[in-house]
Amino acid sequence: MKALMSGNEAIARGAYEYGVTFASAYPGTPSTEITEEFSKYDGVYAEWSPNEKVALEVSIGAAIAGAKAMAVMKHVGVNVAADPLFTVSYTGTNGGLVIITADDPSLHSSQNEQDNRNYARFAKIPMIEPADSQEAKDYIKLAFQISETFDTPVFLRSTTRVSHSKSVVDLEEPVPRKDTTSIQHNRDKYVMVPAKARLRRIEVEKRMEKLKEYAETFPENRIELNDADVGIITAGMCYNYAKDAFPNYSYLKLGMVNPLPVKMIREFASKVKKLYVVEELDPFIEDQVRALGIDVVGKAIFPYTNEFDPGVIEASMTGTSAGAPLELPLTIPMRPPNLCPGCPHRGLFYVLGRTKAFVSGDIGCYTLSFMKPLEGIDSCVCMGASIGMAHGMSKALGEKGKGKIIGVIGDSTFIHSGITSLLNTVYNRSDVVIVICDNRTTAMTGMQDHPATGSTLQKQKTKELDFAALGKALGIDSVHVVNPLNLEAMKAVVKEELSQDGPSLVISQAPCALLRSRQIDEIIPLAVDPHICTGCKVCLRLGCPAISWKRFEDLGDLKVEKKTKKQDGIAVIDASLCNGCTVCSQVCNFGSIKEVQ
Amino acid sequence: MYNTTQSVLLAGVGGQGILRASDILSLVLMEAGFDAKKSEVHGMAQRGGCVTSHVRYGTKVYSPIAKKHDINILVSFEKIETLRYLDYLKPTGKVIVNEIEIYPPSVNLGEAQYPSDIIDIVKNHVQEVKVLNATEMALKAGNPRTANIVLLGALSSFMTDINDDCWERVLRKSFTVKVVKANLDAFELGRNL
Repeated sequence: MKALMSGNEAIARGAYEYGVTFASAYPGTPSTEITEEFSKYDGVYAEWSPNEKVALEVSIGAAIAGAKAMAVMKHVGVNVAADPLFTVSYTGTNGGLVIITADDPSLHSSQNEQDNRNYARFAKIPMIEPADSQEAKDYIKLAFQISETFDTPVFLRSTTRVSHSKSVVDLEEPVPRKDTTSIQHNRDKYVMVPAKARLRRIEVEKRMEKLKEYAETFPENRIELNDADVGIITAGMCYNYAKDAFPNYSYLKLGMVNPLPVKMIREFASKVKKLYVVEELDPFIEDQVRALGIDVVGKAIFPYTNEFDPGVIEASMTGTSAGAPLELPLTIPMRPPNLCPGCPHRGLFYVLGRTKAFVSGDIGCYTLSFMKPLEGIDSCVCMGASIGMAHGMSKALGEKGKGKIIGVIGDSTFIHSGITSLLNTVYNRSDVVIVICDNRTTAMTGMQDHPATGSTLQKQKTKELDFAALGKALGIDSVHVVNPLNLEAMKAVVKEELSQDGPSLVISQAPCALLRSRQIDEIIPLAVDPHICTGCKVCLRLGCPAISWKRFEDLGDLKVEKKTKKQDGIAVIDASLCNGCTVCSQVCNFGSIKEVQ
Repeated sequence: MYNTTQSVLLAGVGGQGILRASDILSLVLMEAGFDAKKSEVHGMAQRGGCVTSHVRYGTKVYSPIAKKHDINILVSFEKIETLRYLDYLKPTGKVIVNEIEIYPPSVNLGEAQYPSDIIDIVKNHVQEVKVLNATEMALKAGNPRTANIVLLGALSSFMTDINDDCWERVLRKSFTVKVVKANLDAFELGRNL
């Protein structure tokens, strides 16, 4: 049967068909749907772990117990998981262990554009890279076969365009499940103390030698000889872009990018006149080809940054421009992503913005508050960085920083990597105010559960982490739970805590607007009374997508009296967008915003 | 069947049902016997930002995204988004515009103005332009959430290579009993425009 599937759905399907029964992951674009889709199949266990390091450790445990397990994460998640990653390369896996890294060239939804092929070389782990959904489904099976044959963890690398493109896939029946698990004691292999790890280190090199031989016969490394004037070595989605632009050239299409098939590369190079490597981001293949003494063209003409498309490859190889931009008689206003109407973060960041403090930010929807008009955060580096950075800043500034440093972090992000740094603010005594933006879900990646939601990925009821009790247990004396949609209450707590010594914790708690609209039956939108609105524009400073500015001349039949000499329009609320959060009615000094009766 | 890959670009604002529409379009193309690929970006970009979906079809499709100046049909779910992607269009390309305005933040803040002459500009650059108000037509079909299907209906009238039955079969499979009629009606309204 044929189906239209995204790369992520196809990876999940392939794992299911191959008999994989175990997945652990932390959500992160563009990887999230792999685990979500996998979790829906019969007879599998799948979990959201608190972060990628835990997710990998969980899958390592499952694999050592004999299961076929996969740990799924976005590219920067591998940084978090890097500690167990480098050593599981030494221990090997017993069962099957595949680590899926979904990279994000062009930073569509990420803080950096790192090329995780480098991890494969660095950690001496084989890596395969599918180019479309059919390959995604086939390659996850190959990844497990390699893992099981060579007793090694295996990387499957996707990129945003593979993960989030849909193409036609042939569905197959799943193989019958076998229970392969048991407890096996093998301390020589799994206790990585120096004496044992030194011996395993040698095994890693032996394994890489075997894998180099295997790469030469790996069925998904293939030479397509055509026009011999130009040969292109490429892998993953770039193969499709290049084939689209130059269908008649010769190709060495690499399914495995670590280790590379050296003999095959030499053979291909000898058969074509001019050799190119087409790869996004780093010259990962190019550098290795050149190290073989082969003359090759790569980053000399292709960009280092951003994802490619057929036009980029065509322009680079023919030396033409990718097409002149259209000359339009106007500038098109930008449309950046924005906090949703009714988003509880809006109330919080409106209050924080007024404090003039440095707000050390983190990764989640609330990162979007950095933009005008809220300009609510001043930094964002990685998951969990907000608290550590706020602490460091407070320590470095001493008296000068008192009452001026706030750290904000989402609920899921706090659980991911904020707990230890919150403990640090207590242990090393800084004067920061830490705010957990607790919207009861992992919102940015599409509403995933986490340890404080009371529900697991597979919808089992579970214990619900209590942030306030945790804060107290870590030694924070001053802990508040405040609804950010109540501006006065939030203002009072933030003001009080900024004036106090020692770290304090504010849990800014209200459900994500998208959750709320699912939970409640009827949303009562608000409206601006045009005859009361003075056109002061205070409500516009919230940056709510439901509130817009209408000039008097654009009001049509509506006749409105000027309240001040300067007034040239009124605020208008789009009832179809309004979520009824009431924050705008709280900032209006004239009582012009009310619920629609 | 085509020797070259055909491309449709759907563009608009997060929440307008663009991804659903491009899913349906891709399934219709599969149903019609084509190889089909589609691509879009999820995640952060979806929070009220621009959303685009490339859909490509032919005998064999390699890239799921088209290069600039290679789109056969641009379906714009919002007026100003038409201009943002106009340079993806082939010189012979066609455009469908939903003439609704969703203000970007800078317009809401009063810092920028929403241009008033967008349709004229589009018509200056493109020979074949179809303008409709899909939101109003969706209301006529009985469900305001079917505006994306109205636009698919309009698109179908440009895609003469696709049999009517393919559209209907896929539309029937794509919706629950409760909303299928509204969606079929919405499709017809767009198609017969």
